[in-house]
Parts: sequence; C-alpha cells; structure tokens
Amino acid sequence: MKLLRPTPPRPGRNGPNGPDGAPATTKPGVKETAVEGTAEVVGWLDERTGTSSFLRYFLYRKVPKGTNWFYTLGTATLFAFLSQAVTGVFLAMFYEPDPTRAYESTSRITNEVFLGEFVRAMHKWGATVMIILIFLHMGRVFFFGAYKYPRELNWVIGVVLLVLVLTMGLTGYLLPFDQRSFWATVVASNITAAGPLVGPYLADFLRAGAEFGPTTITRFYSLHMLVIPGLIIALIGAHLYLVVKLGTTAPPWLKAEKKDLLREEV
Amino acid sequence: MADESPKFDKSSRYTEDRGIAGAFEGETVTRRRLMEGTVLLTGGIATMAFTLPAVGFSLGPVFEDTTPERWQDVGPTGDFNDESYVPRVINLVPEVGDPGKTTIYVRRFNPERDKEVEGQDNQPYVAISTRCAHAGCPVRYIQASQKFVCPCHGGVYGFEGTVEGGPPVRPLDRFYTRVEGGRVQIGDRFSLNSDLKRYSPRDPGAHLDGLWQYIYPARPTT
Repeated sequence: MKLLRPTPPRPGRNGPNGPDGAPATTKPGVKETAVEGTAEVVGWLDERTGTSSFLRYFLYRKVPKGTNWFYTLGTATLFAFLSQAVTGVFLAMFYEPDPTRAYESTSRITNEVFLGEFVRAMHKWGATVMIILIFLHMGRVFFFGAYKYPRELNWVIGVVLLVLVLTMGLTGYLLPFDQRSFWATVVASNITAAGPLVGPYLADFLRAGAEFGPTTITRFYSLHMLVIPGLIIALIGAHLYLVVKLGTTAPPWLKAEKKDLLREEV
Repeated sequence: MADESPKFDKSSRYTEDRGIAGAFEGETVTRRRLMEGTVLLTGGIATMAFTLPAVGFSLGPVFEDTTPERWQDVGPTGDFNDESYVPRVINLVPEVGDPGKTTIYVRRFNPERDKEVEGQDNQPYVAISTRCAHAGCPVRYIQASQKFVCPCHGGVYGFEGTVEGGPPVRPLDRFYTRVEGGRVQIGDRFSLNSDLKRYSPRDPGAHLDGLWQYIYPARPTT
C-alpha cells in the first residue's frame, strides 16, 4: 500500500538528502516514472472502486488448517468453464446454426480455419474435462462433509449447476450435426418425451415442434450459448459469494485442538 | 414522542391515528409506502412486459402447429401388393433437408388378414412408420419372418406393426394414405394403441393403453 499513497510532506524532511537537506537534484529515471505513473493510475481506480479491499477480502481469506490440493478442484472447474466460454465464443465466429450449413461449417472449422481444429478440440475435450472435474469437486465436498450446515444452500446451487452443465453437454452435442449428434438428439428428445405428464410438452419445447424441425438446431444453439451459460455465470457468482461468506471447511480427519474450549463456547 | 401520547393507536389502520408526521385524515397508507409499491409495481410490469412475450415465443411450438398438411407421392398403385411391404422414403420435414427424410413401409390393405383401424377412414393402403415406439430408433422389416425389428433394444413388431416383443409400448405409428389419379399418396402421421385404435401422433415411449395413457397427454395442437 505504500506504493499507492506517497508519504505526505513533513516539516523538517524536505528531500531525499535528509532532514533540512537540499532538495534532490537528480531527475527520476524512466523506471521510477513508470512505477510512479502505474501506482497513480492504480490508486486512482482503487480510490473510486474499492477493488483492493475487495480483492484482499476475496483472495486473502483465512483458510482452515489441513487445506490441501483437493480444495483446488472447484477453482479447476471454474477455469474449465472459462476455457469453454472463451473457445466457445471464438467457435461461434465460424459456426452456422442451420441444418444445411451446420455440418459444413463445423468441418470448415476443423479442416480449414487457422487453429480451428485445436480450438474445437479444446472445446470438445474441455467439456469432458469439465464434467470430470465437477464430479471430483462434488466428491470432495461430499466426502469432506462440506455440504453440512451452514453450507447446504451452496450444495443445492452446485447441484443445479451440475444439471445445467449436463444440459450444456446435451445441447452442444447436436451442434456438429453429424449422424451421431443427430440421432443422439432424436433419442434424447424421445427419452424426454417418455417422461410422464410434462415429458411430451418438454420434448416439443426442445424440438420446437413434434418432429426434429428446421429451428431445432437454432434453439439448441441459443440454449447452448446464451441461455444456459447466462444461468451458469449467475449461479457461479452465487456459489462463490457463499464460499467467501461462509469460508471453507477443515478436512474431516482434523480434530479440534482444544476440545474442551469448543464445548465451552457452544 | 408517540409513546408518551395515549391518543395514538399503533394498531389503527389510519396513519393519523398512528401518529405519523404529516398524515392526512382518512389516510391508511403512508406516502413512502405508496411510492415503494408504485416503483415495485412499475418495475414488475416493465419486466413482465418483455419476459412473458419471450417465454411465450419460446413455448409457442408446443401450442401451435405450423406444419402444413402435406401429401407425398410414393408411386403408382401397381408398385404395392398386400403380401409384403415396399420401403419408400418420404420427407417429413422438407425444410431441414436430409435429416427430415424417413423410411416408411407401404402395402395394400388386405381385408382378409388386416384388422380395420378403429377411427380411421377407409384407407386402401397401410403405411407404417419406421420410428420405433420405444426410443425412436429406425426399425427394419424382415420379409422372411414378416416382422419389424429394432436394432437398438430388440423391439419386435408383427406384420401389422403390433408389439410382439421387447420394450416398445405401443404399435408402430402409421401415416394416412390416399390414392389420387392412380398414385399412392402419404399424409400425416397417427399413432395406434394395441387394439389398433387411432390416436393423434405421439412421441415414442408414450403409452396409449390402460391407465398409462392418461399420464401421456395428447398435444394441445391435436
């Protein structure tokens, strides 16, 4: 913080040459100017936004003893999501959600676009990695008992996020529009329709009609890149807010150091 | 100061009686509360004004059937007999190109062995959909055994498309048929229960028999 707030002038200390000494004669170098300038800009922003106090609160939280590598799985999932978001946005620049153009444009991404194969593979394999990470994260929370009071709501939000991510998998699977994705979607919507009472309506909503029609693919595309990601981002925000607010749990194998004291406090 | 004055009645519905500063006679809602309500109501109306149409827009296809009635030509009447099925390809959804195509099996109606489809107009031809009534996989007709067989989960259907084995919950769907100028034409899909009673088109997996049929409602459009 010293960088951000220069020491105010004090009587008897006029310059770098000591108390009551002559002022500095050498001009500050380029490096000093750059450092000072950056600090000034950062300070200006911070004074108006309170970013540094937020970041201090957000990143420099106290964590319980015994926190280990398993606690990084949630962050790993978050970064898998960010990777999906970024690669997805760039894939959307070349992809055309039209039944007659979807396969063509996908194969163009794979075969012709510069780094297209790489970005598409990142998105495709990243989806699998994200699902695996989510289940590992869920397992960590379950086996460490981190879902218990007062964190039940965060578990519920996490389950909703899991369902949303699986829905992302379902809607994204159709988009390459090859035989496999087409029939997978046909069967998936038929399975949806086999659900009692609401099933048939839900399937018609997914397909935009009774049959796989011309707007099914645009509907899946819109769900895949706008509706569900929006919900996921909002819920990740709530998830993280609760993590920061409630803190993390110690691993279950760690016993309270002063048992008697604990009992007294309770 | 309100506590010191005995004439104020906190449970009264009038703001004047409750001792609120600036209260009018006969006023029951404070102006602050009224403004709060107005702001919330306005915001709520504004939000609903764009949310409800958007939701209705996305739910539209459930309640509105925009597909026109189509009759597709599958060949002259001489192409078909009443002993065996002839495969034909029709396009259910021409707008999507190849994915909209589907195979159907067509034969002439045989009054000696066929059961009349209850609720269906007199149709001289039988056009069977290849969409399995279990999960929607494409079934294939095998002439040697005179059965339709599904490759996915082993559903087996007899010559008339009624279930003979496996997981399917109802017979294979059919299409309306008609003859125009010596040529057979195929119309819309309809579903059947195990008694070959006609129903509006249902999705695979939707039961049409017994109590089960009541938890699989028909489409609002039919």
